[in-house]
Amino acid sequence: MNAPACRIAGIEKSFGPNKVLRKIDLDLPEGQVTVLMGANGAGKSTLVKILCGVHAHDAGELTLFGQPFAPSSPADAFDIGVVTVHQSIDDGVIPDLDVASNLLLDRLTEPSAGFFLNKKRMRDQAREVAAAMQLDVDVATPVANLGVADRQMIAITRAMSRNPKLLILDEPTSSLSAAEANRLFGFLDRLRATGVAILYISHRMSDIRRIADRIVTMRDGLISGVFENDNLDYEGAVTAMLGQEMTHVDVHIGARGDRTMVFDGLGLSENGTAIDLTVHKNEVVAITGLLGSGKSTLAAILFGLSQPAAGAITLDGARYAPGSPMDAIAAGVFMCPKDRSSNAVIPEFDITGNITLPFLKQHARFSVLSPAKLRATADRMIETLGVVCQGHGDGIDTLSGGNQQKVMVARWLSQPCKVLVLDEPFQGVDIKARRDIGDHIRNTAQGRATIVFVSELDEALEIADRIVVLHEHALVGDHINNNIDLPLVLSQYSGKANGPDSGPDNGPDNGPDNRPDNRPDNGPGNGG
Amino acid sequence: MPSGSSDRFRELAIRYGFLVLLVGLVLYFSLAAEGFAGPRSAVFIFQSVAITGILALGLTATLVVDGFDLSIGSTATTALMLSAYVMVVLEQSAFVAIAACLVMGAVVGFINGLLIVKARVPDLLATLGMMFLLIGLQRIPTEGRSVSTGMRLPSGETANGTFSDSFLWLGRHRFDFFLEDLIPAPVIIFVVAGVLIWGFLELTRHGRLMYAIGSNERATALAGANVNRYKILAYMISGVMASVGGILLAARLGRGDIASGNNLLLDSVAAALIGFAVLGAAKPNAFGTAVGAIFVGILLQGLTMMNAPYYTQDFVKGGVLVVALVFTFALSSRGRKGGQ
Repeated sequence: MNAPACRIAGIEKSFGPNKVLRKIDLDLPEGQVTVLMGANGAGKSTLVKILCGVHAHDAGELTLFGQPFAPSSPADAFDIGVVTVHQSIDDGVIPDLDVASNLLLDRLTEPSAGFFLNKKRMRDQAREVAAAMQLDVDVATPVANLGVADRQMIAITRAMSRNPKLLILDEPTSSLSAAEANRLFGFLDRLRATGVAILYISHRMSDIRRIADRIVTMRDGLISGVFENDNLDYEGAVTAMLGQEMTHVDVHIGARGDRTMVFDGLGLSENGTAIDLTVHKNEVVAITGLLGSGKSTLAAILFGLSQPAAGAITLDGARYAPGSPMDAIAAGVFMCPKDRSSNAVIPEFDITGNITLPFLKQHARFSVLSPAKLRATADRMIETLGVVCQGHGDGIDTLSGGNQQKVMVARWLSQPCKVLVLDEPFQGVDIKARRDIGDHIRNTAQGRATIVFVSELDEALEIADRIVVLHEHALVGDHINNNIDLPLVLSQYSGKANGPDSGPDNGPDNGPDNRPDNRPDNGPGNGG
Repeated sequence: MPSGSSDRFRELAIRYGFLVLLVGLVLYFSLAAEGFAGPRSAVFIFQSVAITGILALGLTATLVVDGFDLSIGSTATTALMLSAYVMVVLEQSAFVAIAACLVMGAVVGFINGLLIVKARVPDLLATLGMMFLLIGLQRIPTEGRSVSTGMRLPSGETANGTFSDSFLWLGRHRFDFFLEDLIPAPVIIFVVAGVLIWGFLELTRHGRLMYAIGSNERATALAGANVNRYKILAYMISGVMASVGGILLAARLGRGDIASGNNLLLDSVAAALIGFAVLGAAKPNAFGTAVGAIFVGILLQGLTMMNAPYYTQDFVKGGVLVVALVFTFALSSRGRKGGQ
């Protein structure tokens, strides 16, 4: 292993009572690509934000080439030599300006830059910068005319003109085509050769196989696995990321009812593999998969937010093709969306207003709301879900994340439905609230079909009668949640069981036999 | 902790501060200005704010969906010119004039709404464009002149129509209320409009959904509301209310005066924004809007009776608005952060 460019020692970070990073020790060697994997909420974005100066850490020490550093702002981190390219690439470029201005933007802000622009000189300088990174674009083109990959490379090239020591890329290929991604990888190869330490955050197996020198996995605020040299085991990494010590919840699988919702040859994307799936009454089906597996697309189709590329859905035997959430709700399909703060919470309303929002009609006579009925519904749902609050009149933003999520789930459980869709219902909630919500979803599952989208496998194991695995827009696994073959599910997760994966497999081949040996010790899983 | 009592004090200040200020002003003027306290004076205040108040109530509906309508002032003056034109030039009845104005207001609001939800023009820009459009449009039929009986038309003829008495009644009639000829019709219409808008926004599910849209549009759409339809509705309410204001203005003036109504937009915006501070609502609300309009009216009436020159009026209004905005945003947002 090369000398560490950046050393992270004992970093801890809490937000309120919520301990997000518990003790992170990690070295980032120069001239190597370290891939960081972790499920939602594992703490990787918090770690990145500490490295790039958005958050301050509570405890521990960061050193860069032996010098301690603690960036107080992104600009500060940038000056020290830590450069971050964020997922939403448009943060990194200014689309209305040409490539030359974008590449030289940092120089323009320097006091020595002079008052008037010299276009020709700027372009010459920009060409030099571009040539140094073998970036092949006309510097006079407005960035708005370029594709995502070019924009990304411009953002990186611009950063490189500052001679960074540590480059952090957050899901850089999430919006790139395969060819564009390949260009980016070539680019990263050249950077690696110049000795830059690269921290690369991704879930895409094809990316990781192509680019990774080391894989580090995070889980529950801890490093759960480090894989390097001859031990570059992707499946092991996925296992470590999801946690091999699955929390055990007894799931009693009841009798299935009638076929409620049937996906018939559903295509999630153009030329995507057709998905056939039947969800029955009384059944809880967890649909799971990594980021980009097609979970979000499927959820959007179910709720009328986008249309399938092919195939059809039937609901109780009738064609189901909602054009909007309104249609979906009218047909009896309710969805509790993911990312509650942007998709679900009405911040200015109290608990009552938030719970009853979709069902005001049922609480009104001639459109005039009945406050007593609204309060009764709210009290009933607060009671059944165990929302911790002073009363139904509490503002929603006075509640903790877990309680807010309970309110959001309560909203859709307050009226009967045919199909209940929950998209990442455990996002950002503590273990107690997660159990409460999960129990309540299972206890009320009679009389409807329930579909839960989760990216963490142990959440699926806790809540589902059946676990369906998606990988790259295809259905690759369908398991009854009873003595489930975990290694098989995990391999379907990572796409190994899905036949040949895109991209060359440049790591050593690990047969299924030696997989358990590579599992790192995970420590206490869900304590705290 | 000592902060407990100060938190409580701030809570009370945010909630009742503006109403206390209002009562204080009334007491002060009652003592300082002779003739301020009395039914006639009170009615005068209401009358002076009735039209801006009605416009402000309409504006409140757009503020509730997190929008803004800059075209209310010009919609009102367009209604003023349109009603005069329909009666004086086209020689139609009061009923036709009123119907034409209300339809015009609804259409203007509908177009504003379409520009915003379909063409995705930002609300301020869409309604700014509409404002210019209407200011120009209302001058075209009369070649930029005011409308009154006996005026010469572009065709060379003379306009023979008159404002009908029933139309003028709307602006000039006074109802008996304990005293003879006390309450003017526009004040009644203002109060009725206030109650209707308040009831719609606070008591009906439609109003509730409009507030939800203003707070988190995406979440409301995912809860199954037709967000676009409610936004268009808000602008239509605003357009119709503005044209009601314009009708009352025409009925009071008795002519289609091209220069009237210049201050309507700013005064209404001020009233609606002052309304944020009433009862610590920190959000648009119909009751606050009405109180805000009356607050400005009381202040101006009192100052006038204490011989403050007329040209200080806009300065005073601006001052009140800034203070109210500080009440709303600085105080209550700090309170909210502390609560988390």
